[in-house]
This record gives sequence, C-alpha cells and structure tokens, in this order.
Amino acid sequence: MSIADDPATDAPGYKWVGSRPIRPDGFDKVTGRAKFGADHYLPGMLEGHTVRSPHAHARIVSIDTSAAERVPGVKAVVTGADFPAVEGDAMARNVPHNSIARDKVLYEGHLVAAVAATSREAAKAGAEAVVVEYEVLPHVLTAAEATAEGAPLLHDDMITNGIDPAPEQPSNIYQRNILARGDLDKGFADADVVVEREFITKPVHQGYIEPQACVADTTPDGHTTLWVSSQGHFAMRDFSAQVLGWDITRVKAIAAEIGGGFGGKTVTYLEPIAIKLSAKAGRPVKMVMTRAEVLKATGPTSGSRMRVKMGARGDGKFTAAEIVLEFEAGGYPGSPVMPAAMTCLAPYDLENFSVEGFDIVVNKPRSAAYRAPGGPISSFAVESVVDMVAEELGMDPIDLRLTNAAVEGTQAPYGPKLPRIGMVETLEAVRDHPHYSAQLGPNQGRGVATGFWFNAGMNSSVVVHVNPDGTATVVTGSPDIGGSRASMALFAAEELGIDMELIRPVVADTETVGFNDVTGGSRVTHATGAAVVEACRLIVADLRARAAKTWDVDIDEVEWVDGQAQKTDGSEAPLSLKDIAGKWDRSGGPISAAFTHNARGAGPAFSTQVCDVEVDPDTGVVTVVRYTTAQDAGRAIHPSYVEGQFQGGVVQGIGWALNEEYVYGDDGRLQNASFLDYRIPVTSDMPMIDTILVEVPNPAHPYGVRGVGEVGIVPPLAAVANAVYQATGKRFTELPINPIRILEATMGE
Amino acid sequence: MSRTHVNCVINGDEIDFLTSDGESLLNALRDEVGLTGTKEGCGTGDCGACSVLLDGALVCSCLVFAPEAEGSTIVTVEGLADGDHLNTLQQTFLEGAALQCGVCTPGFLIAAQALLDKNPDPTETEVRYALAGNLCRCTGYDKIVRSVLDAATQMRETTGA
Repeated sequence: MSIADDPATDAPGYKWVGSRPIRPDGFDKVTGRAKFGADHYLPGMLEGHTVRSPHAHARIVSIDTSAAERVPGVKAVVTGADFPAVEGDAMARNVPHNSIARDKVLYEGHLVAAVAATSREAAKAGAEAVVVEYEVLPHVLTAAEATAEGAPLLHDDMITNGIDPAPEQPSNIYQRNILARGDLDKGFADADVVVEREFITKPVHQGYIEPQACVADTTPDGHTTLWVSSQGHFAMRDFSAQVLGWDITRVKAIAAEIGGGFGGKTVTYLEPIAIKLSAKAGRPVKMVMTRAEVLKATGPTSGSRMRVKMGARGDGKFTAAEIVLEFEAGGYPGSPVMPAAMTCLAPYDLENFSVEGFDIVVNKPRSAAYRAPGGPISSFAVESVVDMVAEELGMDPIDLRLTNAAVEGTQAPYGPKLPRIGMVETLEAVRDHPHYSAQLGPNQGRGVATGFWFNAGMNSSVVVHVNPDGTATVVTGSPDIGGSRASMALFAAEELGIDMELIRPVVADTETVGFNDVTGGSRVTHATGAAVVEACRLIVADLRARAAKTWDVDIDEVEWVDGQAQKTDGSEAPLSLKDIAGKWDRSGGPISAAFTHNARGAGPAFSTQVCDVEVDPDTGVVTVVRYTTAQDAGRAIHPSYVEGQFQGGVVQGIGWALNEEYVYGDDGRLQNASFLDYRIPVTSDMPMIDTILVEVPNPAHPYGVRGVGEVGIVPPLAAVANAVYQATGKRFTELPINPIRILEATMGE
Repeated sequence: MSRTHVNCVINGDEIDFLTSDGESLLNALRDEVGLTGTKEGCGTGDCGACSVLLDGALVCSCLVFAPEAEGSTIVTVEGLADGDHLNTLQQTFLEGAALQCGVCTPGFLIAAQALLDKNPDPTETEVRYALAGNLCRCTGYDKIVRSVLDAATQMRETTGA
C-alpha cells in the first residue's frame, strides 16, 4: 500500500498533532509503576551471573565448570560449547561469538560462561568457581596499532573487503569503502585556501542509565518467554534464535519499559544466555548487568583516527575535500565508518571529494550503534576544518556554510539527489537568533557547527481496534523509549477525530503484532506513526461504509468529520464513532485494521548549533555557558518531546566533546568502568539548551515527519571545539577537550 | 543462611522484611518488599536512580545496608502520590515533559522532593546543584530543572509562602 499520496503538510490546522498533552504512560513513570527490564519477577526465578574475560586478547585453552556446578544453589552453567558452531567470517561470528566466546576472547569483559543459581550470592560464588585457562596473546587497542606492520591478528581469516585485487594476507582491517566524485586534483588546484588536519577520538558509551536486563522462562518443550528491556523485542527474539540455532517461533519476546538505549540496546547480549540457562535449569532466569559490565562489554561507539583536507575559493565556495576515516570496530567488525563517510559532507554541495573509510578490529568491546552512528565522529573533523577555512577566508562560519549549503536537488555525497530539506533554514535560524550576536565575556568563545543525518524508515506493523464504547486501542511493536506512545495516540486522535484520552496506545509482544524493526534510526514517529495513520484511515473508510450501509446510500455520500460520519447533504443525523462501534454487530462485526509498512522516504534531517564556552585559564575547565540548537523536525507531533530529543542529543555531544572517553591501561583493561570515572554530564554542568524548532515538512510522510532523535548529537563535538578555539586560540583536534589537554596547550603562555 | 528481621515504615506503612546482612537497602526494597520503582543504575552511588528518603535524608539506597533501615522511616517514589492524586512534582514533570525513558525519574523526583522540603524557593543554580547526584542521559536536564522550578512556584502559591 502506498503511503502519503496526500501529504497534508502545507496547511495543517490540526487539532491534536502539534499539541503537548501528558503522555499516556506518564502516570506509571512518575509513580514507580512502570516495569523496566529488571523489574520482572517470576516464582522460582533464578539469578544469573557472568564469567568474563580479564584479558584483552587470549586463547581459551580450557573451561572447567565442575566446581561451579557443585556450589550449593547453582542450577545451571553454560559456556560457548552449549551454543551451535558458526560458519563464516568474522562478521558472521559477530553476534553469536560476541554473545559468548568460543575459542578466543577479543576484549576485556568478553563473556566466557554464565551461571544461574537460587540467589545472587550463589550465582556469584558459582561464577567464581568456573576455572578458565587462558593463553594470553598480545593485544592492539587503536587503529594505528592494529594496522602496524606485524600487528597481532584478532581474526586470522580476515581478508580485507573492498580492495581490488583482494589482499593475500589477513589483517585487522575488515573493510575499506570509498565514496568519491569529481576530480580532486582539479578541485585543490582551484582552491585559494587549503586546510588539512588529523583528528583523534576515543570510544564513548551510550550511557543509558538502565543496565541491560532480561528474564527468560524456557519450558521443557523448548519454548521461551523473554521479558526484555531493549530498543526492539523483535530484534532480541531474532538474534536470540540465531545464537541458539532455534526457530524464531520458539521465542516470545515481551517489551519491558526501556531505560534508555541510544542505539546500544539494538543488539543482544544477555538474552540468549538467559534463555539457555533457563532451558538447562528448567526454571526462569533473570540476568542484569552491573554498570562495569555495561561499560566493558556493551556499547561503545568507535574511537577513530581521521584526516581531513578541504579546499575553498576566496569567495568561500568549497572546491574539494579528501577524507580518510579509520574507525575502531572493537573485537568484531561493524564500526559505523560507512555512515560516518556518507554523512560528513552531506550538508554541502561539493563537486570533488573522496571519503575513504576503514573498519578496523581492535581488542576493545564490539562497537554498537550510538545515536547517528558515526556521524558525530566524522563531523567533528569536517566541521572543525570548515571552521578553519572560515577563519582563513575571514568569513562568518554561517555565511561560509550558507555559501556551500545543500538544497533540494543537490546530489548527496552518498548518491541520491536530496529531496526538500531544511539545511538552509537551520543555518538562517541560528544566524538570526539573538544568541548569535550576543556579547561574549572574558575567556569566552563561540562556535558553530552543522550536521546531517539520514533518518531511517524500515519496517513497522500496527493494528488499530475500535472498542464498542467508542474508544480505540493502537497496538504497535515499537518500544517507547521517549514518548512515542504519545505521538501514536496523537496521530490516531487526529485521524479518527476523537479525543486523545479515548486512545490507548500499547506496545505488544512478538506474538501479538506483526514485525517491527528496532526503535532506532529516528524512525518510530516516522514509520510506525505512518502505519498508525494508514491503519486509522482504513478504520475511517470502514466506519464510513457502515454509515452508508445504515443510511442505504453510496459511501461517496458519507464523509468523516470530527469523529463522526456525516451525509454530505445533511439529510441524516450524524453517526459518531461511538454510535457505529456500539452497534457493530448490525454492520459487519468488530472494527479493526492492520497495516504493515515498509517505510521509504525517511526525510533527511539537519541541525545547526551555536555554543558559547568559558575556559578557566587556571584550571583548564571548559564550561558551556550558552547553547542554542536549530533542527529540522519536518513536523513536531508532540513538540515537548521533540525539544527533549534536541536537548538530549546536544548534551550527550557536549559530554563527548569535553569529558567522556574510554581510558585503557597498557594491559588492555578499561580503567574507568564506572559512572564515577566515566563521567557523563550532570545537571550542574549544563546551561539550559535553547531549541529552535524548524519545520520543513517531509513530503514523503502524511504529516511531514522527518524523525528527530539522532541529528542533534552530530554538531556538538565541533561546535564545542570551535568555541574553545575562539576562547583560547588553540585548535583541539583530539577529544575529549578535558582540562589536561587545555592546560597542556595553554601552559607557558 | 541466617537472615536479619528488619522493621520500618515505608511510604506510611509499617513493613517488616528479612534480609542478609550484606544486602543493600535497594535490593531489599525491590526483592523483599516488592517496591521496584526505585532503580539501580550503577550500584556505586554515582547515578542517583536508587534515591530514597531515609528519615528525611536523601540517600542512595544502594549504599545503605538493608539492616540499617531498622526503625527508620523511608519514602520511595511509590510514596509520593496520594492514591491516584499525583504530587506537585510528579504533575509538573509530566506537564513539562521532564522524562523521556523514565528510568531516572524516580530518583529525580525523590531528590527534588528533598530539595523542596528544605528550600521551597530555589534558584536555577540551586536546583542544578541539588540534582547533580542524579544522572539523566535522555533529557539534557533542561526540562527537569524547569519542572522542579515550576513545582516550587506552584507549591509556594498553594501554601501562600
């Protein structure tokens, strides 16, 4: 079925869309009733505990579980030997071997075994009694180390993809990609100004407050019910089935409330392990990660080494860009280097460019998606260089970006011609905001940066039921990570013409609603929302048909206005949704509609941000004193939660810029695996984050939605770095810009 | 394993439970008393998701041994509302969209309550420092701070202070 043949985007006049009602799940979430991953309890439930590698790189010589099995209270122990063997390359091994190691451990924290017991203490004692003999191997922690001559190999069968002819020898480079167009030599020859710099970033963690948690209850006939906090319980079902070698029908996944994810809860960790422990023990098993496990074994996004060279004419027009991105994937391939390459130049209309990306395995945790995966990293480098070009040219950095801005019809670096986009609108919104011309104080500086993100569509399935009392139930399978139930209810209220209070949006289990991809890629309000809209339109068509039948007229003589069927000539008293639903057995039975949606046409999103910092010359502490973000939402369905997405992305980006990093010792072990030492921004670190809602409707969505979750984290790294440059005169090309780096750079002045 | 019998008042109810000596108050509240509104984000007192009021003092319940609760009065997030009547902070958090995922919300509500109990007219800076022990990764804190300030205003208007 086609979506959005009639984008109602130009003259909204909506009653519900764009309003700010209290979210349907709000009461439960302010009273402690909402059940998150660790909040589920079953009779006879066991507690799980993990055994993880203390080494960054080692061969597993042997695992002896016999002593663990004798610990009082221990009911089951699993190791890699309990899971099916995996055929294929390192990418094929990624999910199953990252879930539980087989012959090798590839990072500190790699899961080796797990124990289920009648209490936490017994499970912990059991885990401590598992004897693992390791042959410790030399490790590599950075892209530079991993690609050095003679570097130890994580996967001895890894032949780099994307090089022709294929290399004969294995290496730690899984893949090389290249995006290129035009003539670089000509482009740089045409340039009046050329800037080239190298940049380094460290792995950072998504930092969701709720650790991974699940409960699995496996029956003797080999079926399991999984309560899981995740960004997609369908993904947890499917990945678990893959790791276990089971048919998908053997796993029923129920979505718990999710305490943050930011991409980090799109892949399995504990789920297949808990299912197997439960199968072996014959009892339900709960597994909950500690914060140290979360930091050592889940998340992070890649560290990187990047080189960016850009040229521009004297009038500001960019002539060429040459970029090399080396991303650390962690123990298994799959860093976000490809999207990083595709996005970093996307704000600009550029004829000549080359972006080469390398996906490199290192002995760190396997990287996972983090909000606009890869985008903030490569944009930090490009937007810093754009700032340097502006300075060299003596141009205002927003004017420089406007000179080069991508518009509708610009061919994006990743291929297609861009549809209607809001890049220019975000730049102009920041330029015209009072913040941009406000006076700065001593030791203060101002930086700007812009960013792009694709946004995703992907697959959603929904069902809408009308109930006999005139209420409606909207059933989706998209976990609500930040208010999406409210958006679903607003769409349904708008389409059905009834009060939002009469709509109950629910997130159903994997056996109750059709497949839904993860809540990620800024896609739920766009794709699941469009599916809700279309299902409601099917309902309205059905309601009109029933009214026509009642009145014995053609359906064309019945229109749906304000939640009721009206005869176009006004000759019948209108029939409300409640009237029709209350007598459905006279008009064809229950009223229900399903819609499955493969959403195309996600609307690209842009954000432009301006940041003021103050740098303490004595301590090197950088304080963000003012921040304004302009982002194109397409259409804000619930503006408060849209603003919240803008603000949350910005603050994560500020943390990345100023403080967050994975710190490793020479032993390859993570030195800061706690929220004390991996310090994310706290309330007292931050100013208010002012938001400018830009709404350039996405023509491919019935309400113009683009998706808002991700692009907000793309600009802050460079916006902060550019502000620090203006405050200090020092250009920081390595993150985080912490007091040590500031003092090292400014000492002796 | 010998267990300790603990008597206390939780959210106005006299409660008794059995616990191990090394168990945290957080785990006792969740596992023994069934009050799972109090969350564990770190287990080391760094995130504030497990905040409760213990005899009126704001504490991380993950850092309190369960037997220490003997004879105490505890307020958890489940004790803030009066039946289905939300308290002012709960209401302003909802109206101000101060939560996204909601897992840090119980701790923030408790910490904000502790602040307003002592200081009914805090400045923005005072709110920010009072809540600095509570981590939120979703909101960027803006709407949380505004909602606490809104609640303070409403509570002062109600009490005529």
